[in-house]
Amino acid sequence: MTLNGWIQIALYGAVVLALVKPLGSYMTRVFTGERTLLSPVLGPVERGLYRVSGIDARQEQHWLAYTGAVILFHVLGFAVLYAILRLQAVLPLNPADQAAVAPDLAFNTSASFITNTNWQSYGGETTLSYLTQMLGLTHQNFLSAATGIAVAVALIRGFARASTGTIGSFWVDVTRATLYVLLPICIPYTLFLVWQGIPQTLGAYVDATTLEGAHQTIALGPVASQVAIKMLGTNGGGFFNANAAHPFENPTALSNFVQMVSIFVIGAALTNVFGRMVGDERQGWAILGAMGVLFLAGVIVTYWAEANGSSVLNSLGLTGGNMEGKETRFGIAASALFAVITTAASCGAVNAMHDSFTALGGLVPLINMQLGEIVIGGVGAGLYGMLIFVIVAIFVAGLMVGRTPEYLGKKIEAKEVKMAMLGILCLPLMMLGFTALATVLPAGLAGPANAGPHGFTEILYAYTSAAANNGSAFGGLTANTLFYNSTLAIGMLVGRFFVKIPVLAIAGSLAAKKTVPASAGTFPTHGGLFVGLLVGVILIIGGLTFFPSLALGPVVEHLAGAAGQTFATGG
Amino acid sequence: MLRQLRPALVLLTALTVITGLAYPLAMTGLAGAIFPARAAGSLIERDGTVVGSSLIGQTFAGPGYFHGRPSATTAPDPADASKTVPAPYNAANSSGSNLGPTSAALAERVKGDLDALKAENATVPVPVDLVTTSGSGLDPDISPEAADFQVPRVARARKIPEDRLRALVASRIEGRTLGILGEPRVNVLALNLALEDLVRP
Repeated sequence: MTLNGWIQIALYGAVVLALVKPLGSYMTRVFTGERTLLSPVLGPVERGLYRVSGIDARQEQHWLAYTGAVILFHVLGFAVLYAILRLQAVLPLNPADQAAVAPDLAFNTSASFITNTNWQSYGGETTLSYLTQMLGLTHQNFLSAATGIAVAVALIRGFARASTGTIGSFWVDVTRATLYVLLPICIPYTLFLVWQGIPQTLGAYVDATTLEGAHQTIALGPVASQVAIKMLGTNGGGFFNANAAHPFENPTALSNFVQMVSIFVIGAALTNVFGRMVGDERQGWAILGAMGVLFLAGVIVTYWAEANGSSVLNSLGLTGGNMEGKETRFGIAASALFAVITTAASCGAVNAMHDSFTALGGLVPLINMQLGEIVIGGVGAGLYGMLIFVIVAIFVAGLMVGRTPEYLGKKIEAKEVKMAMLGILCLPLMMLGFTALATVLPAGLAGPANAGPHGFTEILYAYTSAAANNGSAFGGLTANTLFYNSTLAIGMLVGRFFVKIPVLAIAGSLAAKKTVPASAGTFPTHGGLFVGLLVGVILIIGGLTFFPSLALGPVVEHLAGAAGQTFATGG
Repeated sequence: MLRQLRPALVLLTALTVITGLAYPLAMTGLAGAIFPARAAGSLIERDGTVVGSSLIGQTFAGPGYFHGRPSATTAPDPADASKTVPAPYNAANSSGSNLGPTSAALAERVKGDLDALKAENATVPVPVDLVTTSGSGLDPDISPEAADFQVPRVARARKIPEDRLRALVASRIEGRTLGILGEPRVNVLALNLALEDLVRP
């Protein structure tokens, strides 16, 4: 570990924190329908969209209607994306003559992009046409992110309102998230990325003759416009197979830094939106504080583990930490930091190959996802995931003192706790259930590229990433098979909707409740005690659920590596 | 649900056109106008032919060139399309090795590369980046130490004094951005192009 590494990490934290208030303030105005700086330009576009779609912007929805709209929007989006993938061979803008995507891969990829997972069973530059990348993937990058923000805002309204039957209009929320938040940031962001060196062209792949006379085909495309939204929307699906490790997706240390900031910025600012809308910004800072504690712990462990390097390679006389799977321009600090950020948020973009991380360095991304990506999290999804844990933490606190728990003046009762538990429990069911299945079926065992405990971790990581809607991978796993494509897709869909629907049910239930005035017996939820309780509950639930699986994978691997043991495939 | 069908269909179509066509196409036009060379992939032309991209690494095997890092990229096997064969720096199929920390294959590969490099220059420790593959398999850079490490070999092959080469390497080091971000590095293709210029009259 170097001083410079820590300065990079500290600078990162400072920049994200500095953006929380301004962006939080702006987004609050957007979602409460107030005028913003961009209203003169975007207002007419927005009203035009409502007019042609037959939407009355003042007509709010009951939580069931809101949920119906969410599901309908996803089903239609799925159908469009699936059709584009299957038909790309006969559609225009296909200079590399990519063939139609196979049905199981198209199913997996459609599920992956509508759920904001962006798991890549495909390699972008070898599978997808430019049109598919733009019309299919870039557009779902926007819409799945906008949907996440919409659901988070709906839940915030549930806390902020009292005695009402509605939680907002999904159509308005998704339109505003796209038009006022995502697009205006992506336009200058794309230009910045091109300035840093990311291609943005419809031209065909280029054939180069290298200095030594060999031929090199260089894949190109409209990359920058997709990279901007893939980071900002915490989607993470790369234009290229190697994702943000590819020099055309992340050419410089500066582009890397800005990409890391853009992964966290909306999720972090949403905690401020939460605070503002419930009328007490400190509530938002408390939640951000709990996220910050977990984040910092993860960064310290990963950076330490990667800087120390792998015991096996160190025993060959290698020094300088673990550089396998990492790029020179980023080095160890920026690669370790990126790995923690991308799995804390539900981004899943990678600037280094997690599969080649040390056992403990790879353990942190795994835990981040298993906890449900509540540390900043996916845009929207992180906040509502964290609020689910808040409900459980408040419930536990209530049990300890024998009072009906309250949060922000709302009584937390059986319905909310049941829904919160449903949202929490569906993730381990998918992650651990499918991992268990894959480790006994031949089709599952055919997947891992590494032998021994690392092979097990590859499987565990895949289902964890899918159910948590992350999309990063231990990339050695051969996942483009019928078995993995379909089981991972199921994991992604369940992980998305069995969290979203309970969250919207909680939103509806909370909105209908009366607000109870605070009294001497009310547990303050903006201080250090609450942050500590929340972090404790998260770690206990996560630890009890996942420790056995982690012990079988990364922990065993760490101990075996320290003892000098290696594992050969085929043996 | 049916009442929602029209908003869903129309809004999805409209937002698809805005975000999936209008946005990327407008960005392509704008980027091409403001940064034409970078938008097209930062290609380097020499005597009328494209020799590569300044951002994408390429294979250098001869002793008279500075070498990049090992690359784990592959290509389809010409004999059997369902299999792959190693194809270092294949810029049409980026990928890392994905070998884990306890992989026997990784340990063997690193040991083999270490032995070969030690035979070439036994005076200094082998820099870690010269025996590890990058995440993309297309890393255009090596560390300044890795460039210095190769100076004796290149000097022998080109019959150039080592001091001149060390000065060349030093002039090609890119520092951390703003003195803080990333790591110091040397772009291998740029270094080799400068090397050719050094030799040419």
